[in-house]
Amino acid sequence: MPLPADTDATTPKYLRDKYAIVGVGETTYTRGSDKTTRALGTWALRNAIADAGIKASDIDGMLSYSGNDSTSATFMAGDIGARLNFYMDCIGGGSSTEALIGIAIGVMEAGMCNCVAIFRAMNGFSQVRIGGTGARSLAPVNGDMLHNRAYGWQSAGQNFAPTFMRHMYDYGTKPEQVAMVKVVHSEHASNNPKAYYKKRYTVDDVLNSRMICKPLHLLDCCVETDNATAIIVTRADRAKDMRHTPALIRGIVGRCSKPRMDMHYQHGPISRVAGYYAKNILWPNSGVGPEDIDAVGAYDAFTFTSMLQLEDYGFCKKGEGGEYVSSGITRLGGKRPQNTSGGHLCEGYTHGMNMVIENVRQLRHDVDDSCPVGPDGKRQHTYDYREGGCRQVKDIEVTANLGWANPMTGSAMVMRRGA
Amino acid sequence: MTVRGEYLGMALSIDDLDGENVTYFKHCSEHDFHLQKCDDCSLLRYPPTSGCPWCSSPKSTWTKVEAKGEVHSYNEVHHAIQPAFKAVAPYMLLLVDLDTQKGSPTEDDALRVAANLMTADGKFAPPDMVKKVGIGTRVRMVFVDVADGLSIPQWTIDETAKQPDKPWRYPQE
Repeated sequence: MPLPADTDATTPKYLRDKYAIVGVGETTYTRGSDKTTRALGTWALRNAIADAGIKASDIDGMLSYSGNDSTSATFMAGDIGARLNFYMDCIGGGSSTEALIGIAIGVMEAGMCNCVAIFRAMNGFSQVRIGGTGARSLAPVNGDMLHNRAYGWQSAGQNFAPTFMRHMYDYGTKPEQVAMVKVVHSEHASNNPKAYYKKRYTVDDVLNSRMICKPLHLLDCCVETDNATAIIVTRADRAKDMRHTPALIRGIVGRCSKPRMDMHYQHGPISRVAGYYAKNILWPNSGVGPEDIDAVGAYDAFTFTSMLQLEDYGFCKKGEGGEYVSSGITRLGGKRPQNTSGGHLCEGYTHGMNMVIENVRQLRHDVDDSCPVGPDGKRQHTYDYREGGCRQVKDIEVTANLGWANPMTGSAMVMRRGA
Repeated sequence: MTVRGEYLGMALSIDDLDGENVTYFKHCSEHDFHLQKCDDCSLLRYPPTSGCPWCSSPKSTWTKVEAKGEVHSYNEVHHAIQPAFKAVAPYMLLLVDLDTQKGSPTEDDALRVAANLMTADGKFAPPDMVKKVGIGTRVRMVFVDVADGLSIPQWTIDETAKQPDKPWRYPQE
């Protein structure tokens, strides 16, 4: 990667490039796992350990996030045979992966442990559905919930819709432009053998799918799946002995928020999202800007969430997200492909972590598509992005992940290819 | 004493420790809309909180507020999740800028009060009424009684206000 003028990567400034993701792993993305979140989590952790080429006993730190729908590190660590010097399980969703990587770096920098595994395990389809269907929809409505759930305003789509709708009003964003997010991510998913939905969709498919909650059609919403994902973070100098080219962590911003988190709609413009604030930490800390990014993982719980974040992180001007996502820039083969695994809209849903995993594999130049595997065990990428083909971004050096909890809170991370 | 009630099949409650919500909904049960006004900086706030979001003062006085305003944004739920809402879908959630304190303390701020679109007598709006409402529609508050000390504030079209020629709606009906 041609570093910008501020080439102090070897200095301790913001700990740039000092830590790396050295292992990634996941379960299959299914609906109906027939497994506990404990079994799913340990499956993903074992895969990440094998991927890194380390022993389970090398892991001495563990972090996880959930919405009270998972199993904690206390059980996972025992099941993989690790003795921990540090662990913490926190509540949270889509703004967690990047934020927890930041915490992992902090605790390692403080000398509290040496190698941290981060996991997310969930039966998001067969047990606890994020939208609040099933048992969650029958829960008592108490206190502050009287200002939202009592109005049938509780699922993520219902909660975010006023932001999306106002964006269309403020900037003239068209439904067919937003639908292109799904179209492009589905093209990428068709080249991902492990994606839950591999079908390629058209703009008409999206606009003709049934309305869930205006402005969200069914195909504007992500898939709900049962799965677990895990990543392993350690110091970059220790990564030299491991199996893969490390993905160096260049800069992070975690759970950065808009004002009035008790009800962020009190402060406008409501079509603005947390990236507006987060970009002022992400880019200076990383020493790069949007123009330096080769591929993006833009959280796609909904088509709109991807687009709004791209605007507020500065990949295009505010209000021009509709044009940006329908311009071809975001496609494989385009200037800055995004969600190359198919993302949450198609691959599967694990609250952001699978899009970090995808970028780690992209940076290794060894993404798991259908290209033939060569004698060195690495795929011989064809860069033919037609359906069922390659999804490796050519010569990729720098990636960004834009994590989203809701319009008011986001996390983000820049990684670059290590040596 | 905990306030309890049942509304659309949901068990609603307010703990007696939750003084802010107890007071807010008590005023609503008297069909009166009151918000907390900061004793130090004089700004109103919504929803009820334990301190002022602008100056952090814990002291406030419940103050009567004119419950009228304009739709700032909305959602329109076609696929309801909570069982009782399925019968009233499509239903609207309106995010309404109150006229009171709009544009203050900064031009981006407003007291944005979220509630459903109802008929004037407090029933969920029928589909033809839903189609008339969008960004810019002028609304006034109505109250739906649930229990002693608990009424739900809701929005209905303000029949006496000058309405926009055509409120902005999502292009696909």
